[in-house]
Amino acid sequence: MTTTQSVMPYDEALERFEPVLGLETHVELGTESKMFCGCSTAFGAPPNTHVCPVCLALPGALPVANDKAIESTIRIGLALNCTIAEWCRFARKNYFYPDMPKNYQISQYDEPLCSNGYLDVEVNGETVRIEIERVHLEEDTGKSTHVGGATGRIHGADYSIVDYNRAGIPLVEIVTKPIPGTDRLAPEVARAYVTELREVMRTLGVSDVRMEEGSLRCDVNVSLMPRGSAEWGTRTETKNVNSLRSVERAVRGEIERQAAILADGGKIVQETRHFHEDTGATTSGRSKEEAQDYRYFPEPDLLPIAPSPEWIAELRGELPELPGARRKRLQAEWGVSELDMAAMHNAGAIDLVEATVEAGVPAADARKWWMGELARRANESGRALAELPITPGQIARVVELVSSGALNDKLARQVLEGVLAGEGSPDEVVEARGLRIVNDEGELSSIIDQVLSANADAADKVRAGKIAAAGALVGGVMKASRGKADAARARELILEKLGVSE
Amino acid sequence: MSAITRDEVAHLARLSRLALSEDELDHYATQLDDIIGAVARVSEVATDDIPPSSHALPLTNVYRPDEVRPSLTPQEALAAAPAVEDDRFRVPRILGEEA
Repeated sequence: MTTTQSVMPYDEALERFEPVLGLETHVELGTESKMFCGCSTAFGAPPNTHVCPVCLALPGALPVANDKAIESTIRIGLALNCTIAEWCRFARKNYFYPDMPKNYQISQYDEPLCSNGYLDVEVNGETVRIEIERVHLEEDTGKSTHVGGATGRIHGADYSIVDYNRAGIPLVEIVTKPIPGTDRLAPEVARAYVTELREVMRTLGVSDVRMEEGSLRCDVNVSLMPRGSAEWGTRTETKNVNSLRSVERAVRGEIERQAAILADGGKIVQETRHFHEDTGATTSGRSKEEAQDYRYFPEPDLLPIAPSPEWIAELRGELPELPGARRKRLQAEWGVSELDMAAMHNAGAIDLVEATVEAGVPAADARKWWMGELARRANESGRALAELPITPGQIARVVELVSSGALNDKLARQVLEGVLAGEGSPDEVVEARGLRIVNDEGELSSIIDQVLSANADAADKVRAGKIAAAGALVGGVMKASRGKADAARARELILEKLGVSE
Repeated sequence: MSAITRDEVAHLARLSRLALSEDELDHYATQLDDIIGAVARVSEVATDDIPPSSHALPLTNVYRPDEVRPSLTPQEALAAAPAVEDDRFRVPRILGEEA
């Protein structure tokens, strides 16, 4: 059923068309129990072990809302600068599909708990404000496995088997307003938004936001309009986008696909498309037969939510420092530029630099090591900085050894290499590899004597007052000591021995 | 004028995956129209001083604490399922080949 699609190269597509984005993100809340019953929300349990009469929709069972989920949703709304509803209700979203045993999902419709907010994200050192349309609370669905057929997908399957452990886990849906004007940065803006949203959720502690486990999922809406047009094009919604990299790829891929169709005089079909992680391509999802008429109506089994202004004020007062504000504060404290800060953010270095600074290291040194030598090592081994087997405390010790004169930068790099290779703590590596700077004056003096006699020409030039020639001699000492000499002290001794001064 | 058309009943039947015959469509269209007409009489007594309501109880903010309670065993959960496979509910084909 997958047909080869023609695509227009990205640059050409952007010369002719402007994209408009929209992002719907679902976040599973990290509550202990489900939204409307006491079943556990733990991930990875054997099938149908976290189910009860409420989440299986057995006759007579009635839902009661989880107070922590309501509180978490309000906190998310506040963190996203939303207005919190004074009074709102749950609604039934009716559809005939076996992922919900009730034949409806409890959601919110025209009365979302939070609305009209924004989230500022940074792309290439610039701030882009993403407007938030709404944040509402609903319940997650069960997990279907499609059996038979060639692809394991729903189309062509012989039948499906369903595990309802996930059915009823509280799910927050965060919907942006349409995002025009991102131009060729559209894929990066989409990724930056989901990244920032994930950091906000993590800071609030409301979800573990693991995309690979599905606790944060993103649907990407894209439409194109010809450059200069005032009217937006028809959009598609791409589902199943399960990593930050995929968010970027899905936007890019959909721009390339739609551009080819539009340039060919075709029309975009408003549809749901499925993203394929392996190829980065999307395929058409629901056919017209499934275009749903959800027949929303207020949920009669649940009472309205009417959070008091006092409670909202209390929750607002207790919000932690949010990622954007924290980055601004750290940038000022560390005295670095927007671009340096953006580079550290992109490299995932901010937490590490902060922890290293807290361990007593000057910000410039902490940044230098994490963004220099360690970033290079991480890059070489294809790992994230945080995955390197070295701690901020160990970096602090290495910096301390450098500033006390026991190590120079070159030796310090070798110490880091040893720590990363699992040879132990910085002090153990220094000991085992014999990396301490030669600060025994007698040993240094004898190395200098050897170097001076082996480089008599250069020594004569220095004696004659050409002090610049001393550099070569210092280089010789460093080489002879295999980098362990203190270069500044070696220079002093050389000049002293040759009877000149600077 | 009827409150619900035969076409709307056919559409609802399709959304609910109910295969209704032509005779049944006529039958239910008439019945549903009567039901909607009867319920609509409520709006005759609703006046401006009666706020719309979706619930019989004048309560708000009824919540439960976030505490885990025992679940059913898979055997209990699946006991009434028409078909079971690998401790999961087995359901007939969801989508045809048409897409």
